[in-house]
Amino acid sequence: MEKFSTLTAVAAPFPKKNVDTDLIIRIERCTGMPKEELGKYAFEMIRFLPGGAENPEFVLNQPRYRGAQILVCGEFFGTGSSREVAVWALASLGIRCVIAPSFGQIFFNNCFQNGLLAIVLPSPVVEDLMKKTDKPFTVDLEKQAINGSVKFDVSPRNRRMLLEGLDEIGLTLAMEPKIAAFQAADRQKRPWIYS
Amino acid sequence: MFDRIWEQHVVDDLGDGAFLLHVDRHLMHELSGQRGQVEIKQRGMKIRNPELTIGSIDHVVSTVPNAKGGNFPWADKMIESFRVEGRKAGVKIYDIGQDGQGIVHVVGPELGFTLPGSTLLCGDSHTCTHGALGALAWGIGTSELTHVLATQTIVQQRPKTMRARFDGRPARGVVAKDLILALIGRIGTAGGVGCAMEYAGEAIRGLDMEGRLTVCNLSIELGSKIGMIAPDEKTYAWLKGRRHAPRGALWDQALAHWKTLPSDASAEFDKEHVLDCSALAPQITWGTSPEDVIGVDGRIPGNKPEALAYMGLVAGSDIAGTKVDRVFIGSCTNSRLPDLRAAAEIVRGRKAAKHVKAWVVPGSWRIKQDAEAEGLHQIFLEAGFEWREAGCSMCVALNGDYVEPQARCVSTSNRNFVGRQGPQARTHLASPAMAAAAAIAGEIVDVRGF
Repeated sequence: MEKFSTLTAVAAPFPKKNVDTDLIIRIERCTGMPKEELGKYAFEMIRFLPGGAENPEFVLNQPRYRGAQILVCGEFFGTGSSREVAVWALASLGIRCVIAPSFGQIFFNNCFQNGLLAIVLPSPVVEDLMKKTDKPFTVDLEKQAINGSVKFDVSPRNRRMLLEGLDEIGLTLAMEPKIAAFQAADRQKRPWIYS
Repeated sequence: MFDRIWEQHVVDDLGDGAFLLHVDRHLMHELSGQRGQVEIKQRGMKIRNPELTIGSIDHVVSTVPNAKGGNFPWADKMIESFRVEGRKAGVKIYDIGQDGQGIVHVVGPELGFTLPGSTLLCGDSHTCTHGALGALAWGIGTSELTHVLATQTIVQQRPKTMRARFDGRPARGVVAKDLILALIGRIGTAGGVGCAMEYAGEAIRGLDMEGRLTVCNLSIELGSKIGMIAPDEKTYAWLKGRRHAPRGALWDQALAHWKTLPSDASAEFDKEHVLDCSALAPQITWGTSPEDVIGVDGRIPGNKPEALAYMGLVAGSDIAGTKVDRVFIGSCTNSRLPDLRAAAEIVRGRKAAKHVKAWVVPGSWRIKQDAEAEGLHQIFLEAGFEWREAGCSMCVALNGDYVEPQARCVSTSNRNFVGRQGPQARTHLASPAMAAAAAIAGEIVDVRGF
């Protein structure tokens, strides 16, 4: 997985609330398309007009926010379906960091599995950040700070995963003796689970 | 209850609130599951415990009567790949036309694969459904799914707990779907973020198992990926004898264990909500989020102009009387036998309005057979409804079943998001009886008047 330590990039304000993963990527795009190609279809229902032309109102179509790598989002971003394709689509679009007052919980986990940093901050802080998107943001995961002064929390495990670009499956496979021991003991306690 | 089950599954405490948990049960479908199979293969790994995973085909399968595959070549390819990889790995796949095929969240409980006190994961957000049996169940993405296949475990941050107590007895015509929609309306779609929900109270105890499955199914729509109901005698009676449920001495042993799970009266939760069900009207959504919900006797609010524009509705008008084009009775929320019976009860001896295209899509092959044995299909067919094969169908609109642009659908499913049932489709979520009544009346109508 790609490492994440410090990112300086354009940040785009996207205050819409309850942005669901259906809106991030339509279900028809989830049937096996290579991850790298998904960016073309990210937010397609609001990014393009019915004829296929770009919707000038959509934030990432505005010249100053084109190529943004940070999205500053409204409440409950990534709600709905578990489709990890939504995160792949954002990554393919170049997004490396999403900031919001709250996230859909499955989406939140999916972000960290793909090297995307999801940052939860109180609504007033997020709203304030949206007003400052005229200049690029610097997100420092090591120091857990945006633009030097806005501190954020991230779970130590997720922080380490991103900083070191760790693969969770690899880490867990190394714990196989513990898994085997758990199952051996559990078979005695709850044999019906394994029968 | 949540704490007990969580603690019984801890393989390792990873520190700072993260745990490695054992996964007792894993369900796969041909969309996310097939992607997981591909990932495992690409990484050169194998499935650690194939006997603890089962699969079913639901998302891309055609629901056209007598269909035996998908509606598109890519869908057939996906199904075939899922089937073949399942066979190679030793994962039991319940295939099209077989007893056991259907929507994963319908067949998991139906087969007795979902058990109280077990951890159950699936690459699908509505996995919270299985909490109705007292399982600790939640939806995962592809990476986590691959992790489960490779290690039979999951890494998870321990959530907070929240209890929603449903007091009082709901009036006639007010059912499980209405209870949970009302709660979502009250606390919002983000109301349960970071929490594992437990549903309790007189109204929950009064529900049959299928009603409890409906309640837990919508947990994710209030932001909680976990929603549970303590198992009781109803749960055990419902589960006993099902295909994957323990038998004989193992059943007795499991039962004794399950009875130790429910929360004590003194259990403490991080947050608590209380909802009085006795005053509730049947619920229906008016906007593009499940929290945009009112009683069917209510007026359309004006606080979300963008949603109203999408839905083609005017603030201040009565929601009842809104003309509908489509009716969909199905999905992992409301496609079980009692749901179909409730809809058939409304439809019996009546006809769908001429301008309404109404569909009934049973949740599983077994439900379809059982419904036909009771003659429910005849009631629907005589009323001009379509009676289709089991699958997710028009809830997720991936298999070719969809609502036309700007058409209005009363749907028993779980999401009224923009474009969910098809580009520009307008969805109103409601109970099976409310949906059936809308099909007959040709407009949104209060089922209590039927």
